[in-house]
This record gives sequence, C-alpha cells and structure tokens, in this order.
Amino acid sequence: MSQNSEVTNAKSPHRSLHGRHRLDRWFVRFCQATAMVSVIMLAIMLTAVFYQGLPGFSWRFVSSAPSATPSEAGIRPALFGSMWVCGVCALFALPIGVSTAIFLEEFKPRRRVMRWFHSFIQLNISNLAGVPSVVYGIIGLTAFAGMFGIMGQTNEAAFEVGATYFDQFVSEGDRILLVPADAAGAPEPILKSGLVALTSSGESVQVNVIGAKSRLPKQADVRAVTLREDAEAGRISKKTWYYFRLPLGRGVLTGGLTLMLVVLPIVIIASQESLRAVPNSLREGSLGMGATQWQTVQNVTLPSAIPGIMTGAILAMSRAIGEAAPVLIICGIVYIGSNPSNLMDDFSVMPLQIFNWAARPQAEFHSVAAQGIIVLLSLLLSFNAVAVLIRNRTQKTLS
Amino acid sequence: MKLLEPFRSGTAVFGETVAVCFVCLALIGCGPTATTPSSTPSGTAPDLGASELTEIEGAVAIDGSSTVAPISEAAAEAFGKTFKNVRVTVAISGTGGGFGRFTNGEIDISDASRPIKDSEFKACQAKGVSFVELPIAYDGLSIVINKDNDFVDQLTIDELKKIFLREGGAKSWKEVNPAWPDVAIKIYAPGTDSGTFDYFFGDVVAKDSDNEHPRDDMSVSEDDNVLVTGIAGEKGAIGFFGASYYFANVDKIKAVKIVDPKTGEAVGPTPETIESGQYAPFSRPLFIYVNTDSMKRPEVKAFLKFYLKEAGKLAEMVDYVALPPSIYEVVQTHYEERITGTHYLTEALEKRTGPLAELYTTESVVDIE
Repeated sequence: MSQNSEVTNAKSPHRSLHGRHRLDRWFVRFCQATAMVSVIMLAIMLTAVFYQGLPGFSWRFVSSAPSATPSEAGIRPALFGSMWVCGVCALFALPIGVSTAIFLEEFKPRRRVMRWFHSFIQLNISNLAGVPSVVYGIIGLTAFAGMFGIMGQTNEAAFEVGATYFDQFVSEGDRILLVPADAAGAPEPILKSGLVALTSSGESVQVNVIGAKSRLPKQADVRAVTLREDAEAGRISKKTWYYFRLPLGRGVLTGGLTLMLVVLPIVIIASQESLRAVPNSLREGSLGMGATQWQTVQNVTLPSAIPGIMTGAILAMSRAIGEAAPVLIICGIVYIGSNPSNLMDDFSVMPLQIFNWAARPQAEFHSVAAQGIIVLLSLLLSFNAVAVLIRNRTQKTLS
Repeated sequence: MKLLEPFRSGTAVFGETVAVCFVCLALIGCGPTATTPSSTPSGTAPDLGASELTEIEGAVAIDGSSTVAPISEAAAEAFGKTFKNVRVTVAISGTGGGFGRFTNGEIDISDASRPIKDSEFKACQAKGVSFVELPIAYDGLSIVINKDNDFVDQLTIDELKKIFLREGGAKSWKEVNPAWPDVAIKIYAPGTDSGTFDYFFGDVVAKDSDNEHPRDDMSVSEDDNVLVTGIAGEKGAIGFFGASYYFANVDKIKAVKIVDPKTGEAVGPTPETIESGQYAPFSRPLFIYVNTDSMKRPEVKAFLKFYLKEAGKLAEMVDYVALPPSIYEVVQTHYEERITGTHYLTEALEKRTGPLAELYTTESVVDIE
C-alpha cells in the first residue's frame, strides 16, 4: 500500500491516496447537492401551492362547476374532461407507441428500401419530440376536428350516428313543443294545424296553429299547444352516449387524439430504450429454442421490457394531463357546467381552468388556481400510482 | 357507470385508473352526474297554467376575448342555475379567433374587447352571417405607475406619446418633463395582439399608424398579473392594462390621472368616472356580437334576455364597470328589434371612433345585410 502510494506520488498529479479519496468524497457531495437542488425546487413549489390552496380547499371544490364567485368555484367539469381526454389519449398512444417501438427495435428490415423507410421514421420521431405542443394543437384542429375540410365545415357533421333532432318551439302557453326533424340540416317544418309534436313529458300532441295577429284561445290546454304561424324554432339534438360523427369536431375525441400526437414521441422513445436494454442472450435463447421472431417478442422481449415501457407511459400521461396549449387551440373552453357525456362532447381540462384562474385579477382566484393545481397533482399521482403498481407486479429478475 | 362503457375494452392501466378515480369520487359523494332529463313527476298531471320556459333545452356557444370572458362566464353560471337543460360554454380564443369562428357560423355569440374590424365585417358579409352588436360593459384602461413614484400625478396624451412611442423614445422621466427626476423609464405592456394593446395604441396613442409606432423595448407579457408585479417592483416603471387589474391591486400600484384632450381635465380611473364617460379617452366598451340566426332559438333568446337584463350587475361582479342605464336601453332596443350591423364603421367601411353614447344609436348603424 505504501509502495503503491509512493509510485502514484511520483506519477500522478494527485499527491496521495488520501487526497484522492478526499476529492472523491467532495465529488459525491457535489453530486448530492445538485440532486437536492431539483428536490428543493419542487418542495418550494409544492409548499407555495399548498400554502395558497389548502386553506380554502374542500370537497365542494371538486364537486362543483366553475363560478364567477371565487368561493363557489369548482373544478368538476374540467376534472372529468381531463379524465376523458387523457383516457382517450392513453387508449390510442400506448398501443400505437409500443407497436412502433417494437417495429423499430425488433423487426429491423434487411432490404435497402425498407431500411431507408426505417431510418426515416426514426429520424422523424426524434425530431417530433422537440416540437412545441401548440403546433400539435394546430395539427389536431386541421387533421381531426376539420378532417382537412374534405367533409365540409368543422361544425357540421357529414356523417353521424346516435343523434336525434327536434325543432324546439315555445307555445303561446309557454309550453315546450318538440317537432321531430330528420337531420341537423333539415328544413324547418311548415307550421299548420295538425302537426304532431312532443311535449316535454314525452307525449304526442297535435299543434294548433293560428295567424300572426289572431286572438289567443282562452283555454289553457289549447293555449299550451298553440303556435303562431310566424313562431321561431331552434334546432336541438339529443345525443346518446355512443354518439359519433365525422369530421370529429372540437370534442373529447379530438382533444385525446391531439394529446396522443404530443405524447407519442415520448412513449416511442422510452419503449425503444427499454427494449434495447433487454439482453440479446434472452432473444437468442428464445430463437434457439425454435421460436419465431414474433413469439420471441411476445413471450420474452416484451415482458422483460414492460417496466421500462410503464415508466415511459407515466411520463407521457403526466405530460398529457398537464398540457394546456393544444387544448386551448382545440376548444379553449374555460366555462362549462357539465361533464362530457359522449366522445364528441364539449369539454374543458384542468390546466386550462388553472390558467384561466391564474390570469384573473382577483387574488381570491389565485388561491382557487392553487386548489386546482392540488387536484391536478392528486389525479396525476393516482395515475402514476397505478402505473407503478403494474410495473412492480411485472418486474422479473432477468437471470 | 355509463361513462365507462366505451372504455370497457380499454387497457388495464386506464380501466384501473378510472375505477380508482371513481371509487375516490364515489367516496366523497360526487359521482358522475348525468344531465337529468326534464320530466314532470309521474302520476301528477302537468299544470297547464305554469310556464315551462325554464325547461328549454339546447346549447349556447360563446367564444372570443379573454377580457370579456369573465362577464360571459358569470352570465352563463347564473343562467344555468335557472335553466338547467341549457348548456352554455365560454371559450377564450381571443377577439380575432372568436370572430373567425363567428364568421364560420360555429358559435352563437362572439365576445369582443374591440369593435369589429372592416376585414371581419366583410368576411361576415361574404359568408352571409348577420349579427347584432351589443355593448355590455366598460373597461377603463388604467395607466399605472409604481407606488414610490411621487413625481408623476397626471399625464397628457402628448406625454404618453413621448413615453410609449419609438418617435418620442424618452429613456428617463426627465426627458418627458424637465421638472421630473432623472429616473429610467421601464415600460410594461400587455401582449401585442391583445385588444388592450390595440386600443391603447390604435385608438389613442398611435392613431396615425404611418408615423407613430409603439416602442420595441417594452417588457411584454400576455399575463396582466405579471405586469402588475413588474410595475410594483420598479420605481421608474409605467404600464397599462384593464381597470379590473388596477382595482384588484390598489395596494401595490397607483393609477395616473389622464388629461382629457377635449376638456383639459385630469381624471383618474374610478368606477364612477369610467361609467360617466369622464375618464376619457381611455374608457373602452366591451361587446358581445350575436348571430341573428341563433337569436331565433328559444335557448339563445332566453340567455340573451337574461344577460342583457343583468349585464351591469354581472360586469360589476367581475370588477368591470356597468354602462349608463340610457345606453342599456338602446342595447335592449337593438336586441328586441334585431337591429343588425355595426356602429363602428362608416358606409365606406372606415373605422369610426368616439364615445359610446355618441356612436351607439339606433340610427347610426351600418347594416350587414
């Protein structure tokens, strides 16, 4: 040992073993300090948020709609909107992302044309990871909401299932009369006596039409079904939970698909990394046993890559749930009183609500924004907890 | 649990997550609430004398300026308490974005923090979209300075030009007025594509856009709260934004009195001076533009009736200023008689500017149809 140190004394700039060990210790401390910086930053932010948000926090906030009165404002519609949109996003992004990663990692082509195609995709994915999310919002609006305009206007469905249309009249007796219409763009009904309409309780009645200047009938029951011939109607629709239309419009599905674009590169790159980390010996063993390439992927490679893929999924969903910019482009709704009820429905998401509250002049709204952040973080943590559970269940030692 | 049905075949991750979330939500007693279909309780005959107006169904889509959005949000919320089956949505695509969607017939009401532009007017004409222009509240543009700034009390429009224009380009307060100390000017301004920025420069400070240009060394932020913080932290700072941000932060910043070029009086922004029109030329009206076709729908009718009746109250609730009652009467007439078109363009589609009370009359309208 002493000989050793003498030798190094002569040759290396670090005079002694002791000195080198000290340097080593300093370096470890430096690394610990830099690691602590990010933790401290997070702690400061969380403290600030909880300090601002917790005093006024109650379950009422989670269960009520937004409001112009800060003490009554809630986040329910946006919470459900976020869950719907992120659900759609996960449903599309994870299968597509993982499949793409498998193609890129496990099925490397031998033909030259295909090799070129392969590297072209790889290059694109690496570049897409750096595109600002607002750009994806614009793409989503063009590609999903408007379908590039090939089906006409965004707000008019070219094809749809699950909607029934009515013309809503208010009769002279202040009752609602619904006249069934064939389609969204059908012409308004011609008003003449005997036209069949539904009342709000669902029974069919015959409408009694009178002239624009005629005198009103006296009996309440006649008045209830009486319309003037110049009465104005509004086209309304009743939609089932499976309502679907093309072009997709500015609904939940478009929001989810747009967020899918935002997170796909993350999912693909993370899945590729974890597939790459699977030792080749495993693959060779499987192939040596006579398994096909697909069987190898299915039974050997993919199961051992699942933990890494799950990590990628966590990162991706955390990003999706916190994205405000693309959603602002897609629908930008900051006030909505009800939860989404079908895939085409209007929605708002939590980051957008938080953004809106934070931009308000009143200080009370800033603490409402902090409450919103608390809810967003809780949902994010519960998302991640589930993914971590799955990861831990599937983690096998590779030996 | 209907919500879950489309996702039955979903990935385990999502299914479990949602299940977990639902369990949590069910525990705290707020599961998903489906919209309740309106029906009279079975077994009782409906009372034919009672009004069913509050039972009307439908949707009202509003989009546009984020400045006007708080008023529309307040209206949507209060309206929804009585009319439970009407879904009102308020979005914030900005005044220009809102007009874009309005022109395509995608929305019923467009929130605007400035009057319609000639290009937008022409686009509406081309697409056959006709509208009614309804001012709903005032927003006084406040010119604010740091609390420690004890030398500036009032500013004239010419002094503002020296501060805010590239052509004046004053670097320190001394250059604006020799009596003031040599403190550096630091300017905070809202986003260049906001209606506030447009109004401040386009309508007052840089009307002559060929020879007058906003400075390019301003600190610009889309978030007015950032401007407030910036001005509160620097002695030589000056900036401008909507009065609601000034009212909410009176303890941190102070407003400068502005000398009205017409009367020569220096007036500060208070709810009273903004409403009476004394705080000129920086009182700007906020508008909603309503699609005339949408006005035929019972739910839009009911919403507008409510909105216009309560506009003053709603505006004050979110720190804006109500219009004088006389103007609300003219607004009501426009709504009832569906007087379409704008008051802010001439027949030749050139911009008109002036006090709201002078411009907004039933006669001076340039029809869209």
